[in-house]
Amino acid sequence: MKPFLRDFIPTSYEDIPDATAFEAGYLVTKNAGWRNIRPVIDNTKCVGCLNCYLYCPDGVIFREGSKINIDYDFCKGCGICSKICKPGAIKMEAEK
Amino acid sequence: MAKKFLSGNEAFAYGVRLARPQVISAYPITPQTIVVEKLSEFVEDGSLNAEFIHVESEHSALSCAIGASSVGARAFTATSSQGLLYMAECLPYAAGGRFPIVMMNANRSTALPWNIYGDQRDSLSQLDSGWIQAYAGNAQEALDLALMSFYIAEHSEVSTPFMANLDGFVLTHTYEVVDVPTQEQADAFLPGYETENKLDLQNPRNLAFSAGPDTNTFFKYKEHLGILNASEIIDKAEERFAEIFGRRYSGLTESYQTEDAEYILITLGSISGLVREAVDKLRAEGKSAGLLRLRYLRPFPNEEIANAVKNAKALAVLEKDISFGNEGTVYTNVNSALQKAGIELPTSNYIGGLGGKNISFEEIINIFDELEKQRSTVKFLGIGGEANGD
Repeated sequence: MKPFLRDFIPTSYEDIPDATAFEAGYLVTKNAGWRNIRPVIDNTKCVGCLNCYLYCPDGVIFREGSKINIDYDFCKGCGICSKICKPGAIKMEAEK
Repeated sequence: MAKKFLSGNEAFAYGVRLARPQVISAYPITPQTIVVEKLSEFVEDGSLNAEFIHVESEHSALSCAIGASSVGARAFTATSSQGLLYMAECLPYAAGGRFPIVMMNANRSTALPWNIYGDQRDSLSQLDSGWIQAYAGNAQEALDLALMSFYIAEHSEVSTPFMANLDGFVLTHTYEVVDVPTQEQADAFLPGYETENKLDLQNPRNLAFSAGPDTNTFFKYKEHLGILNASEIIDKAEERFAEIFGRRYSGLTESYQTEDAEYILITLGSISGLVREAVDKLRAEGKSAGLLRLRYLRPFPNEEIANAVKNAKALAVLEKDISFGNEGTVYTNVNSALQKAGIELPTSNYIGGLGGKNISFEEIINIFDELEKQRSTVKFLGIGGEANGD
């Protein structure tokens, strides 16, 4: 399971763990602010090979049922998934 | 207990063996090498069941110890001088991650000029890295410190890495008769390392993460509290140690004839043995001299210093260190302790022993003589003229 954003955001001294250690997969802040192009998947062209998932340096690509999806809270817009996609199912689009 | 004739390095290695570390990662550097050489022999002959990892650099030595600690292993490393500086990036990593690694540092000069002999510039330059810093006075204390360091560092209220410093050559390479406790005694003193701050398949955790501007201060504050808590845990460890081993230590500082002393010399490390003799000579002549040895610099003994010197007329700090462009770092810290306690006292700073230069008995007597004149100054021992503050 990939880490995802949770509701609980630590804000006080009591919320903070004693060491830099916490339950795995617990993300507290989005990290995608510098993305200026975004990958968009055309699931009609996607063959589900998951090469994009293997190559994604940030681990933001995941399977949802039979479809492949991208977690835009953490995608940095590097475009590697688009380059690696043989069927050409991922296109980079400008962020508006 | 068995009495053995050991060097400071060997004594420390015996102490580490008694603590049963699970991982030892190290890279040799003079004058530390013998510690890890000895430990590798212990692993080889089967008297220590540890993973001994001979890494390719000091940066890797500490990184490796951090990795070991992050799976809950008791980890040890040792270094000196340039090696410690090469580790510098990893020091706050270990401290901020709250990994209670124990490291022995053989105090040695830092280049340039190149020099392999002892002074305290290496560890004092890393005073802000978040590590507990202790300074041993003799080989027996080195062994005892090795054993106590794991207890203190790993205590759940501390969880802070521990740097045990031994003066290069003067302490690391000189031989003394040392009481080596039995393994049974050591096991009764030191429990195994238990922590939740580790990678665990049954209870997956995310370790060593980022914390942005909104939460970073909380983590740093907790790190600060951990090292402050060490004061109390050091007392607890020494109490427990005395019960089991019959040797008693005195916490963050060690006082010698300070109670009624008018003139007090504050120092750290093995030079305090010679200062004690100078105090004895001066006392025999009817002069009111005293010695305060700082056993720990982090946590800093603010109250202990204030209590020890509150009736004195003047004090001097003798240290093997200079913070270029200012004064000795220990001196800065001592003056801060006095200021916080509202004590107004003439203080002097003597910089000596740099690059292994001998500090003589006469020089120590001279410091006490000069203290009676109550001048406040920063002086380098052993060089005349303007640089000497005259």
